[in-house]
Amino acid sequence: MALRVFGTLALGKLGLQTQVMQAAGTTAARAFATVVQGYKYAASHEWAKVDGETATVGISDHAQAELGDVVYVELPDVGKQVKQGETFGVVESVKAASDIYSPVSGEVVEVNQALVDKPGTVNTSPFQDGWIIKVKLSDKAELGSLLDADAYSKECEKH
Amino acid sequence: MSRPVLNLLRVSRLPIFTQLHLEEALLRATTDNWLIINDGAFHPAIVIGISGRPQELVHCEEALQHGIQAIRRFTGGGTVVVDQDTVFSTLIMQGSSLPQVDCFPHPIMAWTEKLYRPAFAAAGCPDFTLRENDYVVGSGLKVGGNAQAITGRRWLHHTSFLWDYQREHMALLRQPAKAPKYRQGRQHGEFVTRLCDVLSPHRGRQALVQSIAASAAELGFELQERSLAEAAPALQHRPLLLGSKLLDLRSFAASAVEPNSNSSGR
Repeated sequence: MALRVFGTLALGKLGLQTQVMQAAGTTAARAFATVVQGYKYAASHEWAKVDGETATVGISDHAQAELGDVVYVELPDVGKQVKQGETFGVVESVKAASDIYSPVSGEVVEVNQALVDKPGTVNTSPFQDGWIIKVKLSDKAELGSLLDADAYSKECEKH
Repeated sequence: MSRPVLNLLRVSRLPIFTQLHLEEALLRATTDNWLIINDGAFHPAIVIGISGRPQELVHCEEALQHGIQAIRRFTGGGTVVVDQDTVFSTLIMQGSSLPQVDCFPHPIMAWTEKLYRPAFAAAGCPDFTLRENDYVVGSGLKVGGNAQAITGRRWLHHTSFLWDYQREHMALLRQPAKAPKYRQGRQHGEFVTRLCDVLSPHRGRQALVQSIAASAAELGFELQERSLAEAAPALQHRPLLLGSKLLDLRSFAASAVEPNSNSSGR
């Protein structure tokens, strides 16, 4: 997500807290931003779940909470080349069109067409049904520059 | 500590399509802060948000008969009709210039209220406020449309303030499916107000334009006046993919949605 600093979800005096969840996808109460163990995260709040030579990409629970109700997701074309750190689509919420950035480089092999009719799935299931694209990776070494769940949690907790 | 620079571009009657291209270029191709005030569009236009479906938002056949240009803009939000009596105010900001404002929609909107509320007060309207992401005055009368784009650590927030408007143009907009709660089912004429009815009809418009710039200075920026010639080079940046496009309403007129009983927009 486009972000100058990691946004805060105010929880009394504690600021943002994150809760690390298992990849099975149990969901915490909405007051906490969740992360999923085993995923990789970009500082811009996108995640990548690697499965062999392909990565599934979406935006984090923190991002969806800060964005508000998502009403539109602009999906790239299948076959498009994406580059790590560059924008590949747009999410609209609260009158704002926010660029989303690919955490990986490669070729888009699938997009989540379900988001066309149900963009709010990004809010309700950011790590599962709200995935946005699947990318055939061109450089798996890039994954080393991404954050793991614990590191991403720490980044979120800074603010 | 030095204040962040805010480049101030004041123009008048710039076509809205040109304005949108310039805004997006300045957002994507520079790292500068800008406050752009365009006092009136060159000619009327219907401007639709990034995801808007013209056949659901516009009476396309009637708009074609009126000869009004339709544009899809690169920011979110709803549909507006603009003309020479629309006062546009656009903020383009590098996030580091406002470290206390997170680059997400709600914090940005909340900050813009800090800019516009004193500006409106100085122009003669002390009860301007932000309500459900709309700018309103009095008991909940909307005075303009606003929308945002957020990219990287930069954001853009633009507003079309209704100094005045033509009813027949406003009637070209269909009522959107979702309305804010504060609208409370009111008809369009009771929900939106003209600023010429709120501010001094003779001096209020100029006062508003001047006070927006003054308010920005009060918020800690160093304002530097710029010309269109100084802003325009951003449009030559390559690559530059601009999201605002002209729409041919003929392609949407055939698939028009059956009109609602309330056919006003905003």
